[in-house]
Amino acid sequence: MAAEVGQFALILALLLAVVQSMTPLWGAHRGDRILMAVGRQAAVLQALFVSLAFGCLAYIFVTCDFSVALAAQHSNTAQPTAYRFAATWGNHEGSMLLWVLILALCGGVLAAFGGTLRETLQARVLGIQGLIAASFHGFLLFTSNPFLRLDPAPSEGMELNPLLQDPGLVLHPPVLYAGYVGFSVAFCFAVAALIEGRVDAAWARWVRPWVLAAWIPLTLGITLGSAWAYYELGWGGWWFWDPVENASLMPWLLGTALLHSALVLERRGALVSWTVLLCILTFSLSLVGTFLVRSGILTSVHAFAVDPKRGVYVLGIIALTTGLSLALYAWRAPAIRSGALFQPLSREGGITLNNLFLTALTATVFLGTFSPVFIEMLNNDKISVGPPYYARTFVPLAFVLLLLVVFGPMLNWKRDDWRATLVRIRVPAALAAGVLLLGLIANGLAGVITAGGLGLAAWLLAGSVLVLARRWWAGRAYLGRAIRTTPRALYGLTLAHAGLGLLALGITGVTAWESDKVLNMRLGDTVAFAGRTLTLSAFETVTGPNYEARQARFTVTGQGKPYMLSSEKRFYASAQTQTTEAGIRVTPLGNLYVSVGEESPQGVVVRLWDHPLIVWIWIGGFVMALGGAVSLSDRRLRLGAAVKAVPAAAQPVAAE
Amino acid sequence: MRRLIFILPVVLFAAVLIGFFAGLGRDPALLPSTMIGKPVPEFSLPSVRPGDQGFATADLGGEPMLINFYASWCAACRIEHPLLMRLRAEGVLLHGVDWKDQPQAGYQWLQDRGDPYVRVGSDVSGRTGIDMGVSAVPETFVIDKQGRVRYRHVGAVTPQLWDETLRPLMDKLRSES
Repeated sequence: MAAEVGQFALILALLLAVVQSMTPLWGAHRGDRILMAVGRQAAVLQALFVSLAFGCLAYIFVTCDFSVALAAQHSNTAQPTAYRFAATWGNHEGSMLLWVLILALCGGVLAAFGGTLRETLQARVLGIQGLIAASFHGFLLFTSNPFLRLDPAPSEGMELNPLLQDPGLVLHPPVLYAGYVGFSVAFCFAVAALIEGRVDAAWARWVRPWVLAAWIPLTLGITLGSAWAYYELGWGGWWFWDPVENASLMPWLLGTALLHSALVLERRGALVSWTVLLCILTFSLSLVGTFLVRSGILTSVHAFAVDPKRGVYVLGIIALTTGLSLALYAWRAPAIRSGALFQPLSREGGITLNNLFLTALTATVFLGTFSPVFIEMLNNDKISVGPPYYARTFVPLAFVLLLLVVFGPMLNWKRDDWRATLVRIRVPAALAAGVLLLGLIANGLAGVITAGGLGLAAWLLAGSVLVLARRWWAGRAYLGRAIRTTPRALYGLTLAHAGLGLLALGITGVTAWESDKVLNMRLGDTVAFAGRTLTLSAFETVTGPNYEARQARFTVTGQGKPYMLSSEKRFYASAQTQTTEAGIRVTPLGNLYVSVGEESPQGVVVRLWDHPLIVWIWIGGFVMALGGAVSLSDRRLRLGAAVKAVPAAAQPVAAE
Repeated sequence: MRRLIFILPVVLFAAVLIGFFAGLGRDPALLPSTMIGKPVPEFSLPSVRPGDQGFATADLGGEPMLINFYASWCAACRIEHPLLMRLRAEGVLLHGVDWKDQPQAGYQWLQDRGDPYVRVGSDVSGRTGIDMGVSAVPETFVIDKQGRVRYRHVGAVTPQLWDETLRPLMDKLRSES
């Protein structure tokens, strides 16, 4: 029953999306308010019906209705309920449904709460949104229908990939998709503005919260994904330059550029056509990110099942959305009034430089990810691009960009003076120089990169605190009031930039001081490692809800109170796969990471890692997202926009 | 002139799109190998295991076998490794080559995860792999009784690939004279 309801709801949603794409565009063209109102109704109804369809699919998964093919392939009665629910989006069809659900919810929010927008602009935005929604409903229904029945129904389903049965992965896709899809709103605004031929500060005030609302979950999603790879894949790395990871990084980099350029547009009315272009490109990269890995063009460890028919459809959608919008851009953008002038040395100039670097970084990742495809086309060579490429291209560019981060907020709008700027940044500069010097003394010239990394972290942290300190110092006579009246956006800026500093600290720490050790251990054996002593105090078979595991427990002494750490190799019977659960002791100074390997007569293979400061990588990511959230709550962003505009993702359920 | 700058994005995008569409037809995991049917090029590699006998062309032939190229830095190798361990338990003749990797790292990897190989050579420069046409690890070759390459698989070996392709092929090769 649920499958049929879901199927009909999805068909209705497709029809409503078609209505939503046609009527408001025509209405805005004709100035017909009734047609525009129909568009709003259609958007709200579409959101309701997609929610219904998603609810049906979730119900099918949770109740283990194996007469639905998708559930039979990805759910299992032995799987805990939370993971049965998460399995709803742990597969191609379900994750696509989640994608359109978020898209439809964005549309619904725009329609229901966009009352302060100029009516024609709102109608056009909704129309473009409807076009995107319709094409993806079509994609779902015609190539990836999640509600297909299976006859006869099996009594037991196949299991969700055990690697995905993890709290981090339950949250990861909805959060990441909220980010990807959130950028669709900025895209719709950009296209609508091109149709209208009008970009103004009001437009920018509307776009910026949406960009921010997409950027926050994207930042969170990437951070969660990296943390998951660290603890679940069992080999202690945190970023692998895998195509799927790159696919999420590209829209993030460009989205970050957009976040800054929209600020210039909102405040100063400059960088108009550039911001519009960024809106288009960011969403295009999000599309590429979600879909290219499913088209079979690239291989990836993370990829879903590859189907060329889907690939053609997806590429068709990308070709139409991006191609048409860029063509529209080529035609209409030159006519849009170009913005206010500014001196090279000014806040605007700084942000332009930031955009330049972020775009270059995006291009680096794009080339690294896709050059295998193009090189093969040109001369039939197969190449693979790995970390060494990124170490030589991405890392130096990112380093320079991070050096520049501190300057931006120190510069005045319109014009500034070199000498005055240098005086303003003297404290973080002195601090960074001190750290650099100490690092060089401690590590010698061989450690110049380490010292540079630490100096950079100090520079970023001190530089972001300086933003607040300067404001409070200026109002020190009435400090209480100065603190109270500091806009939240400024706290957001401080947090986001400080997050980058923490990230730099973590990356430097783990790159410079990581150490590991592999050995065979028997019960009762003791090993000294990185200032700690580990004893294998228990080694036994344990049974989980849907797996059996060989669990090793270690007693760790040294560096504070003794504690227990356990690592296990799990065997999932119904999926016929093994996973390794690492034992990780997380402390601010560094993680102790233990994972067990094969057993033999000599004992069990134990791999130990010491990851100094690594946790700051993810704390940095979370702090950046928090900065975004604080900034989003700023009054200034709410004034122009009646909505807080956080696209509600499908309620993710915390596992366990 | 200014106009051209605005047209540039759509032109670039069209070029990228052509690349994507052209790339669509190919299966990234399926690579033609010029080596199919030819004898494995001459090689002699030191062992990854300290003090063990190396891996050389002389070890090939007699029985159908698999040569698996791996590296400690390779992500997908981790995915296929449990299956390789299963193959070893089932008695499949499986040799390994640690490609473009430090032998210590390759050895540690085997210590850590289990060692599925009969012989395992260390190809630090990657020369042997290049002679075989390896583009990226993991890659797996099926070698027949005469020491000729009969099949090449790029990417992790999956249980499905083993059951549907590699095992039947090796059974067939075993019955060849």
